[in-house]
Amino acid sequence: MSTKNYIKIKNLSKSFGDVEVLKNINLEVEEGEFFSLLGPSGCGKTTLLRILAGFEYPSEGEVFFDDANVTSLPPNLRPSNMVFQNYAIFPHINVQRNIEFGLRKENLSKAEMGERVENALKMVQLEGYENRYSNQLSGGQRQRIALARALVKQPKVLLLDEPLGALDKKLREEMQIELRNLQKSLGITFIFVTHDQEEAMTMSDRIAVMDEGNILQVSPPREIYHNPKNKFVSQFIGNINILDADLKNVSSESISISVDGFGLMTLKNHQKIIEGDRFNIAIRPEEINISKVSDPNHDCNFNGKVKNISFYGESTYFYIQLDNSEKILMVSTNESKETFSESDNCFVNFNSQNLKIIKD
Amino acid sequence: MYNKNNTLFIYCIFYFAFLYIPVLLLPIFSFNDSFHMVFPLKGFTFDWYIQMWNKSRLHQALFNSIKVGIIASVVSTFIALFAAKAFTRYKVKFHGLSYGAILLPFIIPEIIIAVALIVIWTSMGLKLGLIPVTISHILFCTPFCMLILISRMEGFDKSLEEASMDLGENSFWTFWRVTFPLLLPGIIASLLLAFVISFDEFILAFFLSSSDQTLPIYMWSQLRFPKKFPHILALGAIIIIVTSLIVMTAYWLRNLGQGKKKDFSIGI
Repeated sequence: MSTKNYIKIKNLSKSFGDVEVLKNINLEVEEGEFFSLLGPSGCGKTTLLRILAGFEYPSEGEVFFDDANVTSLPPNLRPSNMVFQNYAIFPHINVQRNIEFGLRKENLSKAEMGERVENALKMVQLEGYENRYSNQLSGGQRQRIALARALVKQPKVLLLDEPLGALDKKLREEMQIELRNLQKSLGITFIFVTHDQEEAMTMSDRIAVMDEGNILQVSPPREIYHNPKNKFVSQFIGNINILDADLKNVSSESISISVDGFGLMTLKNHQKIIEGDRFNIAIRPEEINISKVSDPNHDCNFNGKVKNISFYGESTYFYIQLDNSEKILMVSTNESKETFSESDNCFVNFNSQNLKIIKD
Repeated sequence: MYNKNNTLFIYCIFYFAFLYIPVLLLPIFSFNDSFHMVFPLKGFTFDWYIQMWNKSRLHQALFNSIKVGIIASVVSTFIALFAAKAFTRYKVKFHGLSYGAILLPFIIPEIIIAVALIVIWTSMGLKLGLIPVTISHILFCTPFCMLILISRMEGFDKSLEEASMDLGENSFWTFWRVTFPLLLPGIIASLLLAFVISFDEFILAFFLSSSDQTLPIYMWSQLRFPKKFPHILALGAIIIIVTSLIVMTAYWLRNLGQGKKKDFSIGI
């Protein structure tokens, strides 16, 4: 993958009236990257995408495509194309003419045009659908046509606004893989807006997690999962146990803390915590084990009682009430060596090195 | 369904009878061999239709009405189309107030508009005739067209226009390639409604037409002569049939290019 930054966003802010929906955004996206904007609804991700498309103009700041300033360029003059959330297939013309729509200015012969359309349909596996109308297509098919219509223009950047949101779970998972493969084979930069963290995790090279108009973290999926920069990111991506902690003693090497439910512990000071910092201790459910007896292989063992069990097939979640705390711990496991039922006594065990220190 | 709900069925019969029996009397009496519109019917005749065929003043009035109707409907639809686009697509200040202002001509009595126009027109030293009638009809029809087109435009997915822009078209081509074809049913409905309103408008034409009669003025002028009354019935019968044909054509046109979707709303 090339390391050239194709899209650059500099000091960008956007307000609608008194409401500031984007606050001083700085972002660079590499050429050929699958980049996701992830966040809850109202975080500004769609507005940012619409600014990239040219449907909205920033209140402040600049947007560059390939070092050219496109901040005030209208959408029809940008080298980007968009797949809309509701697909926006033109209902008055058939699939063929929908796909041809953007090629009017290229002065292609009828044969060339036909070939382009055919290739685009082949790409989305809908050959033979040329004469259908939008109302004769299923949601998934419309989605593919919208994709073909945008890709036939051979854009440098494809902008996707929650394109899988309206599809059912099974189809969505198929399309995730298909989109990812398509992006890899075409080498186009994809900017993908979603509120679904799993979707962002499975498809993206990098993810920008957004909340309230700010970008909180830009990292590859694994990095975001294992080293979330703050509490919001850690909770938004995957499940996590967040525990309150009081700082007892701090040095540049280690910190001593009193953790709710776990008592006094000493951890390495990776996050460079200093006196007065607000932080939490966190651990992913799959990093904790559940057993009938205390397990000497882990350096932390605590008593608890199984409160609820949720079975998901490939994994089982246990909600465990710790003996000396109000805290309920989430534990997930994919093996069932021992069977537990609700209100059984149990041990939870983990290694203290898996505990994350997360700043607020 | 009918057996279960007889009251509603009877209500429907009365409802349609009330609406259509007076209208249906016209075609029936237009074939009646008598000057007087009373039962029992005397005999069958085509005389009134033949008489109508030979009236050159009627031809002139009909021609005037069609001319005024076409110009008024095209111009008011054109004005309303762009106004409706501006009104629904851009942030209009005082949205509610502007909407009220657009609809105000509905509430102003026609006679007030007629008096106002006659004062303005004559004070400018211009002659009354079909031109002021046409202008007054444009003024009168535009709010109707606005209502149709605003509702059509509001039910229109904005992202379709954005998709067109995104695929490389500027606003002009986006309008002609996306907005216009999708609004076409509304535009046809607007043209037809404006034409029908203009075609049977009486008060404005009465004040402003001078000696250039439109069809309603001509019909009114003939009512004073009992012997001329039956051919007005014949004319009325033809108008009913032609109007129905126009509306049916509109439905047929509306369904063209919409895939196989069956949708019989005309967009009002």
